Amino acid sequence: MGKGRKAEVVRDEPLVLIADHAHGPRIEAVNCAATAAGARQGMMLADARALCPAIVTAPSDPAGDLLFLERLAVWAQRWGPWSALDVPDSLLVDVTAVPHLFGGEERLLDDVYEAFARRRLTIRAAIAPTAGAAWAMTHFGPDRAIVERGEPIERALADLPVAALRLDRDVLTVLRRLGLKRLGEIGTIGRDAIQRRFRNRKSPAANPLIRLDQLFGRVPEPLLPVIPQQMPLVQRRLVEPIRHRELLDRVVADLAEDMARELEGQGQGARRLELGLWRVDDEVVVRRLEMAEATRDPEHIVRLFAVRLDDIDAGFGIEMLRLRASWAEPLALEQADIEAATENRGTSLAACIDRLTVRLGAQAINRPMPFASHIPERAQRWQPPLSPEPASQGQLAFHARPLKLLDTPEKIAVLYATPDGYPQRFRWRGQVHDVVRVEGPERIAPEWWCERGGARLRDYYRIEDEKGRRYWIYRLGIIGDGRGGPPNWYLQGLYA
Amino acid sequence: MPSTAFEDVAALSAQRSIRWCPGLAARQGLALHNEVFASSREGVGAGFALSLALDDWRSLPRAEACEVHDRRSVLWVQTREAVRRVGRPYRAGLPEDVQARIVHVWAEKAEDALFAIEEGLRCHELAFVIGEIVGNPTALDFTASRRLTLTSEKHGVPLFLVRLDAVRDLSSARMRWEVSSAPSPAPRWNGQAPGAPRWRAELFRARMHAPGEWVLGEEQGRVQRKADEVGADWTAGLRLRHPPLRA
Repeated sequence: MGKGRKAEVVRDEPLVLIADHAHGPRIEAVNCAATAAGARQGMMLADARALCPAIVTAPSDPAGDLLFLERLAVWAQRWGPWSALDVPDSLLVDVTAVPHLFGGEERLLDDVYEAFARRRLTIRAAIAPTAGAAWAMTHFGPDRAIVERGEPIERALADLPVAALRLDRDVLTVLRRLGLKRLGEIGTIGRDAIQRRFRNRKSPAANPLIRLDQLFGRVPEPLLPVIPQQMPLVQRRLVEPIRHRELLDRVVADLAEDMARELEGQGQGARRLELGLWRVDDEVVVRRLEMAEATRDPEHIVRLFAVRLDDIDAGFGIEMLRLRASWAEPLALEQADIEAATENRGTSLAACIDRLTVRLGAQAINRPMPFASHIPERAQRWQPPLSPEPASQGQLAFHARPLKLLDTPEKIAVLYATPDGYPQRFRWRGQVHDVVRVEGPERIAPEWWCERGGARLRDYYRIEDEKGRRYWIYRLGIIGDGRGGPPNWYLQGLYA
Repeated sequence: MPSTAFEDVAALSAQRSIRWCPGLAARQGLALHNEVFASSREGVGAGFALSLALDDWRSLPRAEACEVHDRRSVLWVQTREAVRRVGRPYRAGLPEDVQARIVHVWAEKAEDALFAIEEGLRCHELAFVIGEIVGNPTALDFTASRRLTLTSEKHGVPLFLVRLDAVRDLSSARMRWEVSSAPSPAPRWNGQAPGAPRWRAELFRARMHAPGEWVLGEEQGRVQRKADEVGADWTAGLRLRHPPLRA
């Protein structure tokens, strides 16, 4: 196992990386000069400035670091068949049965140091039989440490501090208070005692016994390897910059064909496509497209892009086009239809949704999904089409719900015989309806677990007027509930 | 003229004069382009269109090559104005086997809605398309409706276009209905409650049928319960106001 540790670019002046916290900027990383000047990781920047006024700061970039580490992990596969990230600052490379290719483990480590030095990176590397041991040796052991397979790991690591176990900070504090400072000392007080002390800690980072077993290779420690994936990408460089739409369509069609071939070779279909158009004056126009279902049909892609290319300003001409599938999903190869009749049977639902999405926007196409709520307008949510149906409770069959629900319930003016009964007559959108038949009330209480205390209950009535028009109306609150004035009436739904 | 031609003409005229009745799709095939005129003060337009669509869908005999389990979706297109006036479909109130199939499209203008409807008609994975458009927009002229008819006939996906608060303008729809609510029958257990929906439906222009007026209804609060009870559920031909002179 090899392990590298990324260090900062060596500089002469003290440099720290800072991130903003609730109490001001805090130091995330320091270089050697800054360490010598007294700055430490986790210190407030103001404190460090007091120690060393000449300190240079730069913002810390965790996302960029992670990206860099990922690239480095792929590059580091030159020393082993696979490598894994150990965030935030380490790499693991499996070098099992590899060192003899480099002429031994020492020569392998020399090669590692030389390659990183060429990239101007300072590292610490070690080779050990387990990942945990390699981590411990790089972070706390001697430089270029090699733990041989033959010698027991316990003895080789006995002198390292307990921090080499990759434990959480509070666990380290507990161990320090127990008087355990070295790895070798943990074995002296007996496994049972430690087991009792940490019996309810299940996560490896909080339980020293699990970490110890991983370190010594008694329990397996699965690692997630880094596998590079190439995004399907096709491009066309044009001899003569194009300025007209017909030529552009022609080139886009060619690109779509190329992309289909590329995707077919990988057994994939595109969910998101990005078309970049490089103009002569170095302007880049990007058009993005998302599909409802993985596809690699060139005609479909061309058709969807045709709408998006309307507002392109070609300027002095477009000299390069690049089509990239930034999101691809596996799509099995399938045989083309043999019958001619199937060719003009129309589009599939996914293709139809794609076309609608391109013109109307993604939020315009939805499907209603049930949601666990008693309030009628909350009992239905709109989700993108082709999304899977969530598990839900069955509906109650005796509830006759309206076919249509208004987006916002409309207030109606009512005339009623008794204040807590149903109305005799009501006015909605300027017309008076006489209530002839009625069913109700169906009382729906407010959802107190997610609403404010002042929310009022609703009494729903299903009514029919003199012409047979059927509505769903409700009264918000009851008289004397102490949550506002006299209750209002609303019309919320229309029956078929 | 050979006799076979006479027979054809006779058969054609017999077919033409056949009166509309529920479940006709089993004999004549789907009515592909329908318009339902309704007021926006009531929910009958969409309800009636949905029940017509379901009636056709269920009474149509399944072809040999079809899947055993029909998993096609239903496209429901509404303009912004239609959503404002009559609201959006509510899942719990829809017929049970349509609930999980609805794909709803919200279009800003009538042009967008017509585009969405036409794309829907081209899609072979849709059982039918329901559109709701308010008034008589200039985009929906005779040419546009002819276009919808041709697309629908080419791909065999039926369209039920609900025209809210619209006047009867030119259209190439194969059947054109005017619907309003009718007082519902008293339910068995609660005489005070509203019953199953009843509609007064007037077929005022149809290519294959004589016009007429019916009071149509359904039972059990669902648009239709089972495929084989369709005929029983509908009470057709109760009253005939216009004699079939305009055929």
